[in-house]
Formats: sequence, structure tokens, C-alpha cells
Amino acid sequence: MTVNPASTNALSSLKTRLRAACAATALLLATGSLAQAADLNALIWCDHADPALLQPFETANNVKVNVKEFEGTGAGLAIVEQSQPGDWDVMVIDSIDVPRGVEKGLFEPLPEDKLPFADLFAQVKMDGSTIVGGKRYGITEKFGYNTIGFNKTKVDPADMQSLASLTSDKYKGKVAIYDYYLPVIGMAALAIGKRTADLTEADLPAIKAELLKMKANAKLVGEVTASQTALATGEVDILVGGGEWVTAGLAKENPALDFSIPKEGAVLWSQSLAMFKDSKNKDMALKFIQYIMSPEGQARLATSSCYWGMPSNTKAALTDDQKKVLRFDEQPQFLARAQAYPAPNADLDKKMQDMWTEMLQAK
Amino acid sequence: MSITENNGQALPRADRALPWALVTPALGWTLLFFVLPFIAMGLSSLTAHDGGAFTLSNYSEFFTNPSYWQAMVNSLQVTAIVTVISVLLAYPFAWILAEQVPERWQRLALMLAVLPFWTSYVVRSYSWLLVLAQNGVVNRALTGSGLFNEPVQLANTRLATVIGFVHFFVMLLTLTIFANLKQLSPSYRKAAADLGAGPVRTFLHVVLPLTLPGIMVGAFLTFVLCIGDYITPQILGGNNELLMPQLVMMQIGRRGDFPLASALSIILMAVVTVAYLACARWLKIERA
Repeated sequence: MTVNPASTNALSSLKTRLRAACAATALLLATGSLAQAADLNALIWCDHADPALLQPFETANNVKVNVKEFEGTGAGLAIVEQSQPGDWDVMVIDSIDVPRGVEKGLFEPLPEDKLPFADLFAQVKMDGSTIVGGKRYGITEKFGYNTIGFNKTKVDPADMQSLASLTSDKYKGKVAIYDYYLPVIGMAALAIGKRTADLTEADLPAIKAELLKMKANAKLVGEVTASQTALATGEVDILVGGGEWVTAGLAKENPALDFSIPKEGAVLWSQSLAMFKDSKNKDMALKFIQYIMSPEGQARLATSSCYWGMPSNTKAALTDDQKKVLRFDEQPQFLARAQAYPAPNADLDKKMQDMWTEMLQAK
Repeated sequence: MSITENNGQALPRADRALPWALVTPALGWTLLFFVLPFIAMGLSSLTAHDGGAFTLSNYSEFFTNPSYWQAMVNSLQVTAIVTVISVLLAYPFAWILAEQVPERWQRLALMLAVLPFWTSYVVRSYSWLLVLAQNGVVNRALTGSGLFNEPVQLANTRLATVIGFVHFFVMLLTLTIFANLKQLSPSYRKAAADLGAGPVRTFLHVVLPLTLPGIMVGAFLTFVLCIGDYITPQILGGNNELLMPQLVMMQIGRRGDFPLASALSIILMAVVTVAYLACARWLKIERA
């Protein structure tokens, strides 16, 4: 076999290029890992993706916050299960679902002395959910109410002070229902005089009857954007299960939108921040939580472009206009009438979801 | 001729390996991104949500829960309606494109046909929601022209879902049928005319049967994409009835019930497989 010198040169050149490529790749990987060390990886809801919220923290701490959005605790926990330990540093989670993460051994206890617990609205600390086995694993950062959102120029605001209006013929075809079974089931429970904290399987038939009455009045059952769009475009005048997170964001364009906490009460929702036990960057994770809980961070989170909601810190640095839209000063009265988010066990949760499915399929 | 033989002689080893070398990337891709995930999903569907023990309860739940069963019925109804309407609209479009539009304009016409594909499902669906809303263009035209005194409920209905789907799929079908029509040799029609067939008879007995493969492929694609789509019914249907993809998503959102979601997905895939086999079998008969 003869060897063509040209081929040898080509082969040699190829080898050289391969070596160079390998070296470049190794350099890139090394740079990548270095970059990763200065990163903070956060599993979040969409309000945390707002650059106006993240950039001040990134600049102040010379860190890049990598965010991944998810919807629903089940989906969020599935992402964690499919990740390597240490991939994530912090997570935003429904306050009532903090124990689910703790049971899976995911979260690190939070240092209470380094976080502004004393400044939080007392009712939103959610100790029943955020403290597990005597240790606190989550801190409530934002809250609000699943209640009645409405257009005050199209409905009688006095009617919106009672959940009974939602099933009256007066508003037939003018109603949208927010598509999340737990809070709306909670509202149906309130409408028939049951406490959300005490719900059992025996309550489901009566709640189902109430839900079906709501459905008969409703034009649609929509997720956040669809129900917000329906209210904003006049497709409906009332949103069952919507609150400040729907109307506050649209207040500038449409000041006619408002929400009420009816006499029967409303369902308090709250989201918490938790730190991962396997985080490789716990100091920065704690700094992030401290930033989000600071007056400035709270104001930015409350008015995030994705959705507005009440900051849990009473000292949030909101402007007067922002406070007015969020009805900041009325919170003590609202909180007094609010009831807990339903927190069923796995079996009851499944039954509630099936009941919701039946309601959706009802004609 | 077998690929291993060449005039009765075995091919050199390198020649025998070539076809495998060429097909290996595609096989690897299919194995990695379809077969393995499908097996994982199948195994997941046979486990309990709470403990991972073997169970058939996820499948039995589908057949015993009327709401779940209804979701499949709704999905099949919507998909059938969308597919039929899309075929009925797409064929004339494709015919006009292939036969009536001059060659030099066909490229532009095709580009216009694929324009809907440039827009995401989400944007397109929300656009339709605004068009069909109570204060939307359609209702304004209906009430403004005096045809209706009150706005008609168009958004958040099955009709809205069907409109959204048809808007997208009619162009997909148009493209597949157009390709088929372009491949059809003019000799067939000349031969039919020579034998005394009029335009209608030629179409019904020559053109239509020969373009059936294009129709069936497009219809099958429409079926698959439509029955598995979550976005359009979620936004346009107003959740007034559940379709299968929405039911699957419900299991994942809060409860993270992946086993039940997997079982529902496998059932959905079984329906698609049956549809494919029916198409394939029917086409084979036609060709025979």
C-alpha cells in the first residue's frame, strides 16, 4: 500500500483540527462550569421571570439568575425529580405544598433570624404549611385571594358582595370561572357555608351541586390569560376565582375592573420561596430569598409584569398608586374574612379533581 | 434483488454494510426519541401514582369514569369534523393552485399557503379568540348588518375550536394534495377524454382516485395533529368540554399523576395507531 503525501497532510491537518476542536470544547466546558458556579438556578412561577425583578439582584451580586418556569406543583416537582441533585437552588411553590417538597427530602430549613418574618402580614405566614417537624422550610412572598373579579360598570358592585350572585339568573352568561379546581372548590364551599379547612369527602356532593350551578351560569372556564382576556374584552363581566392578580394588572388600561371579598369570604392563596437542600450555592440562594423579601424586592415582585399580587411584607416599597390598585390598606379586613386554601390529602385531592372534570364536561 | 446478492454472488462486506450505515442514524434517532420514551411511558402507565407498584387501575379508570370516556368521544368528534371540513376546503384550494394558477405565480401562492405555519399556535388561537369574541369583528359585522340583534356566542365554543383547527390544517392538507396533483401526469386526463369521459367523470374516476393517497396522508396528519393538540381547544373552547390532551395535562399540573397521564397518552396513541392502520389498509385496497 502506498501512502499519498497529500492524504497524509490532509489526515495530519484533520488531526490537528480535531485536537484544536477538543481543546476549544474543553475550554468551553471549563468556562461553562466556572460560569455555573456564579449562577443561581431558580425554579419559578412567571412573575419571577420579570427582568425588572431579577436585574437589580444580578447587578448587585454579580450573579446570573437562571430561571425555569413551571405551572402546578406536580409539574415543578417532576422537573426536580428529573434533575441532578444540586441543579436547583431555590423554588417558588404554593405555600400549602411546601410539605410535599419536605416529604421528598428536597428542601433546606430557612434561617428565621435572617429573614424578615416580623414584617409579614401575620395571617400569611402559613405556619401550618411552611413549618414541618418544627423547622421552617418556606417563606410566603406573595399572596392574594381567589374571589370575585368584575367590571364595575357592567354589574352592580353591591351584588358582588355575595357569592350567591354567581349563580343567579341576573348574571347568566356573564360569568367566567378560573380554571383551577382547588380555589374554585373552596369558593363553592364558602358559598354553601362550609369552612375550607374542614372539607371532607362527605362535603363533595353539595359542593358539586354548587359548582354545576356556577357552570350553568358560566360562559367559559379559563386559565389565567384566557379568563383575564375574557374580562378585559367584555366577553364576561364576572370572574369566579379571580382577584387582584387579574384586575390589578389591567387597572391602568381598564380602571372599571375591580375585585371584592364577599361576605361569605374568599380563598387566600399564597406562594412561598424554598431553598434546595442540595443547592451548591446556599449563600447566594439565601441572598436571593432575602432580596425577594426586602421592601424593594417585594414591591417589584408584587407588580411583576406577569401578574400582580399582594406582597407578604407589610413594608414593601410600593408607590401610593400601586398600593391603591392592590388595595393595600384594606388588607387587614380582607385577611380577616379570608379562608385557607383547600389542602386535601392525596385521596381527597384526586376526588376533587375528578369532580372538577365532571363539572367541566357538564352541558 | 436481495441487497446481499449480485447476480447470484454475495456482495462485498463493505457494500452490505453501507445500507445499514445509512439507516443507522435514523434508527438511532427513532430508538432514542421514540421507542425508549414510549417504553418508559408504557411502564409508567402500569404503576400506581402513590407507590410505583404494578397496576392496571390507570387503564380501568379511563374505561369506568364517564368524564374521561367523554373526553375521548369529544376528541374524536372534533377531530372528525375538523378533518372532513379541512379536506373539503383543501381539495378545491389545491386544485385551483395546481390547475388554475399560472406556474410563475404558484411559488407565491404556495408561500401564502404556508403563512399560517409561521405563526405559533398560541398567537393564532388568541387572535381567533379576539376575532370571535362578543365584541370581535365577526359579531360586530353580524349585529352591524342587522342579521342579529344580539351578539352570538362564537368564542369559547366547540365551533371556535373547529375554526381554529381548520384554519391551520386546511393549508397542511392543501400542500399534500397539491403535491399529489402536480405529480399526476396530464396523459391520464387526455386518455380519459379520448375515451369519451367528460370533465366530471374524469375527475371522479381518474383524478380523485389517483390523488387519494395525498388526501389520505394529509387527512391522517390532520387527525394526528388535531387529536393531540392541547393549545387550541384550551384557548378557544373555553374549557366547556374537555378533550383528551386537556385531560392528560390535568393529571400533571398539580397532582403530578404521571402514571395516569401516561395511560391516557397510551390510549390516545392507540387510537392514532388504529387510524393509521385503517388509512393504510384502505389505501392498499384502493391501489389494488
